[in-house]
Amino acid sequence: MFRKLLCAAALAAAMQGALAQSAFNPDLSLILQGTAAYSKQNPDDYQISGFAPSGGEVAPPRRGFSLGESELVVASNIDPYFRGQLVAALTPDNAVEVEEAFFQTLQLGRGLTLKGGRFLSAIGYQNPIHQHAWDFQDAPLAYKAFLGGRWNDDGVQLKWVAPTDLFVELGGEAGRGRTFPATDPNKNGAGAWALFGHVGGDASASTAWRAGLSYLSTSPQDRAFEDGGVVQSFSGTSRLWIADFVLKWAPDGNASNTNLKLQGEYFRRAESGDLTFNATTGDYSSRQSGWYLQGVYQFMPRWRVGYRYDRLDHGTVSNGLGLTQADAPLLLTDYNPTRNSAMLDWSLSEFSRIRLQLASDKSRAGVTDNQALIQVVFSLGAHGAHTF
Amino acid sequence: MKNILFVMLATLATPACAALNIFACEPEWGALARELGGDKASVYVASTALQDPHRIEARPSLIARARSADLAICTGAELEIGWMPLVQTQSGNARIQAGQPGYFEAAAVVPLLEKPARVDRSMGDVHAAGNPHIHLDPRNIARVAQALGERMAALDPSNKNEYETKTRDFLERWREATARWEKLAAPLKGMPLVVYHKNMTYMIQWLGMREVANLEPKPGLPPSTGYLTELLAKLQREPAKAIVRSAYNDPRPGEWLAERAKIPSIAIAFTVGGTPQAKDLFSLYDDTLERLLAAAK
Repeated sequence: MFRKLLCAAALAAAMQGALAQSAFNPDLSLILQGTAAYSKQNPDDYQISGFAPSGGEVAPPRRGFSLGESELVVASNIDPYFRGQLVAALTPDNAVEVEEAFFQTLQLGRGLTLKGGRFLSAIGYQNPIHQHAWDFQDAPLAYKAFLGGRWNDDGVQLKWVAPTDLFVELGGEAGRGRTFPATDPNKNGAGAWALFGHVGGDASASTAWRAGLSYLSTSPQDRAFEDGGVVQSFSGTSRLWIADFVLKWAPDGNASNTNLKLQGEYFRRAESGDLTFNATTGDYSSRQSGWYLQGVYQFMPRWRVGYRYDRLDHGTVSNGLGLTQADAPLLLTDYNPTRNSAMLDWSLSEFSRIRLQLASDKSRAGVTDNQALIQVVFSLGAHGAHTF
Repeated sequence: MKNILFVMLATLATPACAALNIFACEPEWGALARELGGDKASVYVASTALQDPHRIEARPSLIARARSADLAICTGAELEIGWMPLVQTQSGNARIQAGQPGYFEAAAVVPLLEKPARVDRSMGDVHAAGNPHIHLDPRNIARVAQALGERMAALDPSNKNEYETKTRDFLERWREATARWEKLAAPLKGMPLVVYHKNMTYMIQWLGMREVANLEPKPGLPPSTGYLTELLAKLQREPAKAIVRSAYNDPRPGEWLAERAKIPSIAIAFTVGGTPQAKDLFSLYDDTLERLLAAAK
């Protein structure tokens, strides 16, 4: 009897020890993703007509079965002054990609937060949201065309929340300019600048909203791609504006049974500088835009439907070389890409989601790509907190 | 000139009203802060009784209110894990970060029930620290009031006496009310209940009632027809007196089961504001007991 008691006490002590130990370990979570995809056109040939290729992972998922990115998230308070987070993506082709690795201040106060490292920029609405938390499997066309899917630069961010009942947040970022639209310049100082402002609040107990305006300025050098068999490259300045809004509605603000989310973003980019085409250089300027609008409705617990409309406006692209569509068929087309997407997802719990997504993608001039996919997203480990 | 500048700076540095700016995660803590702070506390409540406290979103309005708070009062024990950490980091408010005196967790001063020996998500959305729904046992409210009163006095020392007096006064009235509720609730002893979510455990333990089953197959998972059919069979073997849900729970699963099991399905306020009668902590308990006693008849 006594031995049994001793045993139980030892076990309890050991268990308490284990818990106390793990309390100092960072929060760990792992996202597993996969798709089974059909697309009428070959994803390897994917391009967006009228827009310089952005070099990101913008193509539809591989046809057939494929593993998505597995995301490993490690986050913790470092000390009373800093918090740190790492998001590493294990890609299906066996590479490890650092999506985010940053520190964030906790004690600056006065509404100020400083972030440094590699992080998803706060520009736009969807940009700071991780892929597994998106309402569709892929990014809106505007994100693909203007940012290569997303903007996660290496740099610093300073953000200020105003001391008002209305949510007002202003911030700026200085970065290296690691990816499209920048070209990873080898120089001292910053290669990309971003500014953003958000306002938001509750319109009623049932409705919350946020709207924002962002600006990203980069200076690409020799940003090259092949068009019509000839390599062309651009050097100059690239300025991108994004206006975004999101509105969430749930009866009495209780999202458990039914809720609605409406989001939209408008992108506008102006680029000017020099275009080198077939070893000759001339002036180049472009004004292009794009937008999307999507709505997702949870009609009963576990089940959501969603619809998204994407459109890009080729706008005006002018060059001092006298190039025409015959010379540069990808860039100098008059085509305006569009896409319609619909999805239905089923979440057995907060930690698992299975999604059916159908799309009619007219990114390529004169070609309709009908796509269908099933996506699974599983979250293991620590309970994540998702941004609004 | 210098004096004018100084006065201007001073008015800029201190908010218009010198009250303690409180951000309460749930209505029960907002109500308690009002009891203990009176006109010295300006209280913002981040959620309502009609919202599931697990599933609040880190909305812009919450971040804006958290930005200027001197004190955030939350339940803790992972109840707000899906939203409060984000509100804290995004607010840029150093005072309310975890570990600071301006962040108060009620569950930290209460002995928690249902601490799982092991945690695994196959058990549903269980809380590793124990059941966080502590506020429907009045003895827990008293524990939290004592600690919260001290915290408010420490954060706003110029009004220390006021908080101390108000806390003493509240605890005295609360003790009397608790004795009255315990007498009133005597017929509830042993009453078998089906509850929607495991959020009434503390009340059930306090009043000696019995939890026969939950409508959720696992904590946090919505009831399914298959599971409700199983429950119906279980209730035929082991009958319950009533099905009890919180104001924020979907009434339909309970009504479906109630109709077939021929027992009443009732809603209790769960927290302040959940019914028109539950206006503060005292009336929350009065109203809850009245509804349970009506169902026990």
